[in-house]
Amino acid sequence: MKLVFKNIDKDGSGCIALVPEEPEDMWHAYNLIAEGDVVTASTVRKVQTESSTGSSTSNRVRTTLTIRVETIDFDTQACVLRLKGRNIVENQYVKLGAYHTLDLELNRKFTLQKILWDSVALERVEMACDPAASADVAAVVMQEGLAHVCLITPSMTLVRSKIDMNIPRKRKGFVQQHEKGLNKFYEAVMQGILRHIDFSIVKCVILASPGFVKDQFFDYMMQQAIKNDIKLLIENKSKFLLVKASSGFKHSLKEVLQEPAVMAKISDTKAASEVKLLESFYTMLQLEPAKAFYGKRHVEMANEAMAIETLMISDKLFRCQDILKRKEYVGLVDSARENGSDVRIFSSMHVSGEQLDQLTGIAAVLRFPMPELEDSDGDEENDFDSD
Amino acid sequence: MARHRNVRNRNYSDEYDYDDVYGHSVEEDSCMSPSDAEQWMYDRSRDQNAMSNFLDGRNDIQEETEEQTAAAHRSFERRESMDLRGLNLKEDDEAKLMSCLDELRNVFGDTISENILVHSVLKHSFNYDKALDEILNNKTQKDVKEPAVPLNPVIIESVKAPVIVTVDTPKVITTKVEPNKAAVIKGFRIGDESPRSCPQTPRDQSPANRDRTPSRADQVDDNKVYIKVKENKLDPNAQFNIERGSDKTHLYIVVIGHVDAGKSTLMGRLLCELGEVSQRTLHKYEQESKKIGKQSFMYAWVLDETGEERVRGITMDVGKAQFETKTKKVIILDAPGHADFIPNMITGAGQADVALLVVDATRGEFESGFELGGQTREHALLVRSLGVNQLAVTVNKLDTTNWSQERFNDITNKLKVFLKQAGFKDSDVTFVPCSGLTGENLVKPPAEAELLKWYSGPCLLDVIDKFNVPQRPVSRPFRMSINDIFKGTGSGFCVAGRIENGVLNKGDKVLVCPSKEMAEVRSLSINDLVSNVAFAGDQVSVTLSGVEMQNVAVGFILSDPVQQVPVTTRFEARLVVFNVKVPITKGFPVLIHHQSLVETANIVKLKALLNKSTGEVLKKKPRCLGNNSVAVVEIEVSRPICIERYKDVKELGRIMLRVAGVTIAAGLVTDICNI
Repeated sequence: MKLVFKNIDKDGSGCIALVPEEPEDMWHAYNLIAEGDVVTASTVRKVQTESSTGSSTSNRVRTTLTIRVETIDFDTQACVLRLKGRNIVENQYVKLGAYHTLDLELNRKFTLQKILWDSVALERVEMACDPAASADVAAVVMQEGLAHVCLITPSMTLVRSKIDMNIPRKRKGFVQQHEKGLNKFYEAVMQGILRHIDFSIVKCVILASPGFVKDQFFDYMMQQAIKNDIKLLIENKSKFLLVKASSGFKHSLKEVLQEPAVMAKISDTKAASEVKLLESFYTMLQLEPAKAFYGKRHVEMANEAMAIETLMISDKLFRCQDILKRKEYVGLVDSARENGSDVRIFSSMHVSGEQLDQLTGIAAVLRFPMPELEDSDGDEENDFDSD
Repeated sequence: MARHRNVRNRNYSDEYDYDDVYGHSVEEDSCMSPSDAEQWMYDRSRDQNAMSNFLDGRNDIQEETEEQTAAAHRSFERRESMDLRGLNLKEDDEAKLMSCLDELRNVFGDTISENILVHSVLKHSFNYDKALDEILNNKTQKDVKEPAVPLNPVIIESVKAPVIVTVDTPKVITTKVEPNKAAVIKGFRIGDESPRSCPQTPRDQSPANRDRTPSRADQVDDNKVYIKVKENKLDPNAQFNIERGSDKTHLYIVVIGHVDAGKSTLMGRLLCELGEVSQRTLHKYEQESKKIGKQSFMYAWVLDETGEERVRGITMDVGKAQFETKTKKVIILDAPGHADFIPNMITGAGQADVALLVVDATRGEFESGFELGGQTREHALLVRSLGVNQLAVTVNKLDTTNWSQERFNDITNKLKVFLKQAGFKDSDVTFVPCSGLTGENLVKPPAEAELLKWYSGPCLLDVIDKFNVPQRPVSRPFRMSINDIFKGTGSGFCVAGRIENGVLNKGDKVLVCPSKEMAEVRSLSINDLVSNVAFAGDQVSVTLSGVEMQNVAVGFILSDPVQQVPVTTRFEARLVVFNVKVPITKGFPVLIHHQSLVETANIVKLKALLNKSTGEVLKKKPRCLGNNSVAVVEIEVSRPICIERYKDVKELGRIMLRVAGVTIAAGLVTDICNI
C-alpha cells in the first residue's frame, strides 16, 4: 500500500489517501473501512441518458464518486473489496443519494475519511504501508486423499485449492486400485501447485504431511517434471521444503509453522510469530493457569491491575459493526500499551487467528498470577458464543 | 422510450416464468402415463378388499410390538392406536380379541400369521375354540400342499429346527420376496399417514410378485401382502439364526502395538501355519524379500501388500485376512503401528470386536514402545475407548531373551497395571508368550524346552478361540459405516464397511447419509464371498446403484430409509481427556475421528467439568480442561456428519479427538443438537 497523503485533525477526524498495490492490501483496506466512513474512489458506472426524442442510451462512464459506506463485502479468495453506499457528492452523472457499489481496484487511489482515526486504525495504515514485510510462502498440507494448497502472506493464509479425493484402500488382490488412486491424487496436487503458486513471488514451498506422503509426492512430482519437461518445477526444486504435519487439514499448518526448519525460512512473517505467541499462551494456561486468561471481562480486569504482559487480540473484534464496542477494544489496546504491555493484533485470516477468534478473540498472558480472576465466573463470555 | 419499456416488460415476465418453474417440481411438468398414475392413486372402486387390506396391515404391525426394541416403540404405539380405529372395536371387544389371540399364540407360536388369527377370531365372534378349529383345518390343508413347493437352501440349512419351522410360510418367503422389501417399507410410511393406500404400492400388485410366491396362490391377496410386511420386519433375529445358527461365529480381531513389535510378521506366520497362504506364494515372498535384503519381513509381506509398505518395511494401512479356529471364523485386521498412521489404525479398530496387543519383549524395545510417546499405550487406550473390552497380549520376540520367564513376568506386571488403569478387566486380558518369526506357541503348544519349563498356558490360537463374541444388535435399525469406496468388477461401485446395526439384504434400499441420497443394494459380499444377507457385525462390501461414486465419501453412513441416522454439525459429548501438552479451551481446533470419518471440528463450549468417578459436576463453564479430566463439552463439526447418541447406537456414539498427531480425548455423544 502506498500512502498518498494524510490529513488528520487534532480531534482525530480527517482523511487519508491510499493506493493498494497488492491483493493483500485489500485485506488491510477491509480492516480499515468501517460502516459510516466516507470513501472516494474512481469507479465505472452505467449511466442512462435520455435524448429529447425519448429514446435512451446507456453507456459506461468512469467517474469519481464519494459514498458513505453502508455495507462492506470482502471476498477472501479473490481479494476483492466491495463497498456499498449512497452517493454524498453530487456529480454530473450520479444524483445525490443514489446507491452505488464501489469496487476498490489495485493501483488506483482511494480516499478514506473517518470521523475518528483511532490508534488501531493508524497502526493498520502504517503496517499496510511497510514495504519490508512482504514475504510469501506457499504451503501444501496433505494426507492420503486430502490436500490444501495454501498461500501464506504476512497477514493472510489463503487456501488456493483443496483437493479431496477418495483413494481406495489396499485390499487383497486389488492393490493396483490403491496405487492408481494415489497417482491420480498426486497428479491433482501437482496441477494445483502449478496453477496456484507463482514461483516468482514465493520464497519457498512447504510440503507437509504425515508419514511418507510428502516424500512420495515429491518424487512423483519431480519424475513428472522430468518426464514432461516442466521447467518451472525443475528450476525451483530447491524451493521445496519437506516437513512433517499430522494431517492434511488446514489447521495442521500451525504445526508446520512451528517447525524449526520452516521458522528459519519465514521468521519474518506474521503467521509464524502469531503461532508462537498463541502456543506460549496455551503452555502458560497449562503450567500456571492463573497467569493466562481469555475473554473480554477477564482481560479487562487484568488490564486494570496492570498485569498484562502480552495482549493478543483478533482484528475481527475491530471490524465489528458496533462503533461503541470497537471503541471499547481500542481503549483496551491503548491502555494496555500505556501500561507497558506488548499488544499483538492477530490476523483472523491466519490459522492462529482463527483459533483466537474461537477463543473469544482476546487473550492475555500476565506478568503475575491473578488467582482471584479464576474464581470469578465468566458468565458474560456468552456474548461471544454465537460468533 | 416505449421500446425500452417493452424490453423491460419482457424481462419481467421472463423472470416471472422462471419463478414459476422454480416453485414447481420439475416432475410435475413431465407427463405421466395414465397407467402409471393409476398405480399411485387410490381408487375406491378398484379393489373391493381395500378395507380389509388396511386392517391386515394394521394387525401385522401390532404383532411387531413384541419383537420390536424399545427404540421403535414410539412409532409402534402410534400405529397401534390406528389399528384400533381401523378395527372399530369397542374396548371390551378389543380385550376379548387380545385374550383370544394370546391363547391362540400359545398353541401356534409364530407359525400362523397374526392376521389369520385375528380374522378367524373376529369371524367366530371371539369364540376361541371355533377359531382354533378353523385355523387348524386350514393349516392341515396347507401342509398337504407344502411338498409341492420346491425346496429352498434356507430350509435345508435349518434342518435341526422342528418340522413346523419348515412349514412356516414366512420363512419360505424369506429368500423369495427380498426384492420387494423396499417397496414394502415405503408402503409402511404411507400407511402411517394415509392408511388406505398402505398395501397398494404398485409392486405389491405387480404380477411378478405373484409368480414369485406360487405356493401362496391359494391365499387371499391381502394376506400375502401382510405376510411380506411382517416377514421383513419381524425376522432379523430369526433370519440371523437361520443364516448363521449353524455357521461358525465371526470374530473380528484388530492387531495393535508399537511400530516394529512384529504385528504383521506374527499374523503372517499364523496364517502360514494355518495353511492360509500357499507354499508357492510364501516362497515367492521369501525370494523377493531376500532380494531387497529384508528377509525377516517375509511373513509380514503376507499382509503388507503395497510396494511402498514392502520397501519401507512398515504397515501403512490396515491389512485384512481370515482363518478359522475350532469354533470361530476369525478375521484379522492388521493395524499399522507407526504414529503417523494412527488414523488408519482407528479405522481398523473401530470395526473390531476384540484386540490383540503385540509387545516386543526385546530389551529396550518394550520400554521404548511403552514409555510416553510409544504406541503401546496410545493403541491400548484407543481400542478401549473404541469399545473393545477383551484383549490378548502377545509378548512377542521372546526368543531374543532366551525365553526368560523373568522378562515375561516383568512385562506382564507392567502391562497389567497400565491396562487396569485403561479400563480393561483383569479377567478379560490374557498374556501369551510367543515368537512370530520362529512360530513358537502360535498354533501348537510350545516345543521350546526353555519355554516349557515355566509356561503351560494356551497357545495363541487357543486364546483367540476363547474370545467371547459380543452380541450382535441384529434387530436394530440398519446402520453401516463406509470405510472404503472402490470400483467393483461389475457395474456400479462398491463400498466396504462394517454393519453396526441391523440386517442388510440384497435388493434393499438404503439411504446414504449425510447426503441423504437413496441407493439400492445390487449385491453384497462378506469377506469376498457373495451373500444375500448380512448382519450386524459383518464387514461387507456392497455394490450400490442409484448414487454417484463421487457423492459418497469415506465416513458416510448407510442407513435405514425409515429410521434414519441423525445428521448434525453440532453435538454434546462427554470427554475423557488423556495426557495433553496444552489444555483444551473453548475454540480448540481438533480432528474428530468417528468410525472411519475424519473431520475438523471445534470445541465450541466447555459446559461442565465432572468428577472422574462419581460424575457429579465440579465446575460449570470451566476455563480449560487439563490432564485426565472428564467434562461435558459441545463440539461443532465443519461439515454435517452422521452421529448417534451413545445410548442409542454405541458404535456410532463414540468419538476420538486428535490434535497434532496425538490423541487428546475420547468421548461419548450425549446429545445431538438439531441444525
